[in-house]
Amino acid sequence: MVYTPDFLRRLYADMLLIRRFEERAAQLRLAGHIPGFLHPSIGQEAVAVGACAALEPQDYITSTHRGHGHILARGADPGRMYAELFARREGYNRGKGGSLHIASAALGIMGANGIVGGGIPIAVGLALALTVRARLAGTGAPTAGVAVAFFGDGASNQGVFHESLNLAALWRLPVVFICENNLYGEFTPQHRHQPIRDIAGRAVAYAMPGVVADGNDVLDVFRVVGKAVTDARQGRGPTLVECKTYRLRGHYEGDMGHYRPPDEVAAWQARDPVVTFRERLLAEAGFTTADLEEVERAVEARLEAGVRFALQAPRPAADEALEDVYVETHDGSALA
Amino acid sequence: MTPRRPEPQAADRQLSYAAAIREALEEELARDPALLLLGEDIGEPGGVFGVTQGLWQRFGPHRVLDTPISEAAIVGTALGAALAGIPVVVEIMFGDFATLAMDQIVNQAAKLRYMTGGQVNVPLVIRMVTGTAGATAAQHSQSLEAWFTHTPGLKVVTAATPYDAKGLLKAAIRDPDPVLFFEHKLLYTSRGAVPASDYTVSLGSGRVVREGTDVTVLAYLAMVPRALAAAEAVAAEGISVEVWDPRSLVPFDRAGLRRSLARTGRLVIVHEAPRRAGFGAEVAALVAEECFDLLRAPIVRVAGLNAPVPYAPELEDAVLPGEARIVQGIRAVMAAGRP
Repeated sequence: MVYTPDFLRRLYADMLLIRRFEERAAQLRLAGHIPGFLHPSIGQEAVAVGACAALEPQDYITSTHRGHGHILARGADPGRMYAELFARREGYNRGKGGSLHIASAALGIMGANGIVGGGIPIAVGLALALTVRARLAGTGAPTAGVAVAFFGDGASNQGVFHESLNLAALWRLPVVFICENNLYGEFTPQHRHQPIRDIAGRAVAYAMPGVVADGNDVLDVFRVVGKAVTDARQGRGPTLVECKTYRLRGHYEGDMGHYRPPDEVAAWQARDPVVTFRERLLAEAGFTTADLEEVERAVEARLEAGVRFALQAPRPAADEALEDVYVETHDGSALA
Repeated sequence: MTPRRPEPQAADRQLSYAAAIREALEEELARDPALLLLGEDIGEPGGVFGVTQGLWQRFGPHRVLDTPISEAAIVGTALGAALAGIPVVVEIMFGDFATLAMDQIVNQAAKLRYMTGGQVNVPLVIRMVTGTAGATAAQHSQSLEAWFTHTPGLKVVTAATPYDAKGLLKAAIRDPDPVLFFEHKLLYTSRGAVPASDYTVSLGSGRVVREGTDVTVLAYLAMVPRALAAAEAVAAEGISVEVWDPRSLVPFDRAGLRRSLARTGRLVIVHEAPRRAGFGAEVAALVAEECFDLLRAPIVRVAGLNAPVPYAPELEDAVLPGEARIVQGIRAVMAAGRP
């Protein structure tokens, strides 16, 4: 491996943070702290972490209903995320979004999205804005950053996916389309919802590169997305990246996943991206067990503090329900 | 509410409704170098109704962007740019095609500010070409404004005159929230006085189009000139009609309507959209809740029939409210209730 120990340690820490964040969230939901849906991305951490490691602070992402991983990988605070899941005022969205809608404009996270495919054209527009910003700055750079749209295999069947790829390719916008192919659209296996195996092949229709990454290998994702991000930054237009991965739990917490063959689950379990990366760090990168246990303790401490923060955060007051429907604070007579 | 500035008196200069909209776009493009226009055929061709003619030539293809026929991507892309602080005006060539972008309008644009707890603004205007221009049939003639008034987070503007079109569109572009700006295709060639100055018309400010004392006729978009014609027709019968145009449905000028009803005590609501669950139903309910004390007669609605807009001119005339039906409505409200 050619990467620095700090970088590798960060990738491992981020993947572990996502894993443990979601495991705790599942427990907290059972304990009654989370009123709504929860769609865990356990098993897909390498995609979020590898892709976001290729981004800079000025870049944007749009995410999906399975968005905790992308949002944490982009640097969000787990405490404010738990607070949002608990529907508290200190949550990122002031308790108005929940798991499906967590956003942090300050971190360039323009929302997880409750609609399959809904964030794809929004990322195209964010990319357009980045080109406008570069033009207004007058530096001659093709863009002021890159936008990344995360979506799943199911979303690649939506019309808006095709419209967005066509538009982005036509205008050579600095956007990277990252399909997390976890082999299931909700409960339906890929072979029953699309006649193709490689979603990356759909890029051909829009004359853009379509590439496949091993979505359970954080370094492969980083390498493939990194190339796409560089191309976008240099004005060479969009890329469709397909990351082959697997979600190890159900579509949502509570879904037992009976529609999946046990041997399939077991095979992917053996390729758990967090566990296999840990083994590689020990075997190939000179890390000791003690090094990694230190990372693990730090992650646990961060999450422990996050849960404490969220449990103590105040609940929103009923009169906040009418706040932020519109920008101005209206007296309610005209707009209520 | 933003404070209402006095509106400048209309100049002698006459412009068409289409030219007034174009002038608003042109002035705003010049004022704000970040502003973009997106839409089908709006660039070099200047739009199917000619509204954007000359803008591509003046501001270039990076400001006036011709898009593929992809309404969902157009609105979603515009929304994404708006989230990043780049204001965008989208043209939906026929408002009927908004159906193809409904997720982006209703689930995304309308709700992003709210769902994010106020982290983002959505400076997005969607120009909707609405209504029938005669024999445009059921998929190019609809008046869908009620759908959008039913979605919290959207503002809905209905401009009836060249003066209002310019002033309201400039206000909509400068508004930080998503605004659906309805333009009636039948009005594009209508002419009126439009100041050359930079003026805005506040969203939520209704207008007394014609003063009267017996009955208020609430009308918007292409129903305004029709209501005026009906008002003239019944003037000979001694009925004094006030025509009142809300100019925006969200926000809605409830105080302005109340002032008008305080003068007249009777209300006829006119719109081209189907009667069932149309915006008139909302107005009728509001007035019943808040202005019942002022009413001397039951409210009358004159609206499109609950049918798609047909192609044959005879059928279209039957479905859409014409001057004769508005006159009937006025007579009916005068005959009912108490003196």
